[in-house]
Amino acid sequence: MIPTRRISPARFRAPGGTLETWLFDIPIAVWIGGVLAFYMAWAIGANDVANAMGTSVGSGALTIGRAIVVAGLLEFAGAFLAGGHVTDTVRKGILDMELVAVRPEFLVYGMLAALASAGSLLLVATAFGLPVSTTHSIVGAIVGFGAVALGWEAVAWRKVAGIAFSWLTSPLMGGVLAYLIFRLVRGLILDSDRPMESARRYGPMFYFYVLFIIGMLTLFEGLENLKLDFELPEALMLSLGLGAIGGGLGWLFIRRVSDFAEDEEEEPFRHVERIFVVLQILTACSVAFAHGSNDVANAIGPLAAVVHVAQDLDVTGKSPVALWMLALGGVGIVMGLGTFGYRVMETVGRKITELTPSRGFSAELGAATTIVLASRLGIPISTTHVLVGAVLGVGFARGIDVLDLRVVGRILVSWVATLPIAAILSVFFFYFFKGLLEP
Amino acid sequence: MSLISSLLGRSPIRPMQQHMEAAVACARQVLPLVEAMAAGDAAAIAACRSEISRLEHRADEIKHEIRSHLPRRFFMAVSRRDMLEILDHQDSIADSAQDIAELAEIRSMTIPEPMREPMLELVRRVIAACEQGERVVNRLDELVETGFSEREVARVEEMIGAVNREESETDALAERCLRTLFAIEDELGVSTLFWYKIIQWIADLADHAERVANRLRVLIAT
Repeated sequence: MIPTRRISPARFRAPGGTLETWLFDIPIAVWIGGVLAFYMAWAIGANDVANAMGTSVGSGALTIGRAIVVAGLLEFAGAFLAGGHVTDTVRKGILDMELVAVRPEFLVYGMLAALASAGSLLLVATAFGLPVSTTHSIVGAIVGFGAVALGWEAVAWRKVAGIAFSWLTSPLMGGVLAYLIFRLVRGLILDSDRPMESARRYGPMFYFYVLFIIGMLTLFEGLENLKLDFELPEALMLSLGLGAIGGGLGWLFIRRVSDFAEDEEEEPFRHVERIFVVLQILTACSVAFAHGSNDVANAIGPLAAVVHVAQDLDVTGKSPVALWMLALGGVGIVMGLGTFGYRVMETVGRKITELTPSRGFSAELGAATTIVLASRLGIPISTTHVLVGAVLGVGFARGIDVLDLRVVGRILVSWVATLPIAAILSVFFFYFFKGLLEP
Repeated sequence: MSLISSLLGRSPIRPMQQHMEAAVACARQVLPLVEAMAAGDAAAIAACRSEISRLEHRADEIKHEIRSHLPRRFFMAVSRRDMLEILDHQDSIADSAQDIAELAEIRSMTIPEPMREPMLELVRRVIAACEQGERVVNRLDELVETGFSEREVARVEEMIGAVNREESETDALAERCLRTLFAIEDELGVSTLFWYKIIQWIADLADHAERVANRLRVLIAT
């Protein structure tokens, strides 16, 4: 059914003969898909990571250089370890696979079209400085070619509605969590008799919480890709261990800060903020991990669908996403970060110096928890929108001097603009790839 | 452009503090001015006046800057209306100081002997009240930093109470000045009217400082 150079699944998975013949055996559609997916991952790394890490750079928690290294490592880890669930949703959750299975080559054209349209939309958006969400454009594009090229009933509308609903609820959840976390930070630390001492006491708890939550969401029945299947007790034990290690590290880090700020009692809050600088390195890492785990799917989900068809696998099947694809996405994101992302990060960081470390910390912790949860549930959401929701949440707790509410309008505009344009573009690209690849 | 970076507006708190600083600097200049008026030193009066106008001009600039950076769409930890109202009261301090200096220079007046001591005393206490008001405004960033924590709110409320006390003391001193003035009004003739005005304006400085503090009390209570 794949038009050119059919290969047997067995050979595709385990290459025989020379490398050259193996490379030529890979279908052209997979090549195109691979290149487009890599471009998408690159664009995500170049644009979106800056949003995740910019807050930390802006508050001085991380230097640009360190932010790049940290983001690179954790984006990759997030994509590689926890990126499979959302990738599965993008691959087969948006369309009705029972119907698609009848003509799987249409799925190939469509998924290539989705990558091409989301990619070109991103290119234009970056050039004109428009806020376009990668997640929205990929989902819009898949729905677009599905509804027009495959037929209205080919789209799993209930699931699409669920995803769209999560685009409302996820920023809301990020906001509520960030609000509560900031209230907690205020109650435990900022509003205490001795803020420094309280920060020292409670700081390690936050480290514990972050690693425990990420551990639970990632480990508990989440690592099918790595052939690791942890049951609840094992996952719980491992996460508790992770959390404990985190708590210990946090205790060490925080001790180092407090030690040389001890004598300065004049302006306690400035020194408390220094502790939050250390805490914010942690939350920045968790946001990078969360971002990798959710956004890698935008690049890899469509590719996974193409590869599935190429391998003659049952598209409705529940086979896990191949590791090489997640790695491809992870590497793409890291490369985007390394080539372009640092510049965007610098700009974002310079503009948001108003966000002090304790605020950045609260917002990032709320956002990261929300995003990792969504990733575990396989829901593709916009990490940027969740972060915006989280910052607003801190603002509603009277934590931030001035918030420009135009952003909410801009998010709505990006919805209205991104979804239909991505859908129309993807229909166009569908027929383009159909003409190109159909035998 | 990044959504996150367009989310955060410029905080008006530091500029508010700078504005208060400039306004209170105007008030502080009233002491050398009144001393020059007591000595009948026209050159010193002129020097004080130009210094006050310079400071008042600076306060004005900061005020316009703040106003143009507080559009309605902003969501703020401290309400926009409260901010603008406080700003107006702060600005009145600078304006009153300027009124005093203007009149002092245009209608060159020497303070009559019996009024010298009470007037200087009044000015000193008025400046103290303004400075206490400035201290309250300077706590604004701690208030926001702690997210309006109860502890910090209590601390600031106590400072506001101090402004109230200072102001009522200046009221008593102003009354003493006026009694002295009316006791010699027959000798002074029409000048009485202008001294009356000047004493009132001096007392107004503390009044405006108190209004700044009272407005802040409302603001932190909400």
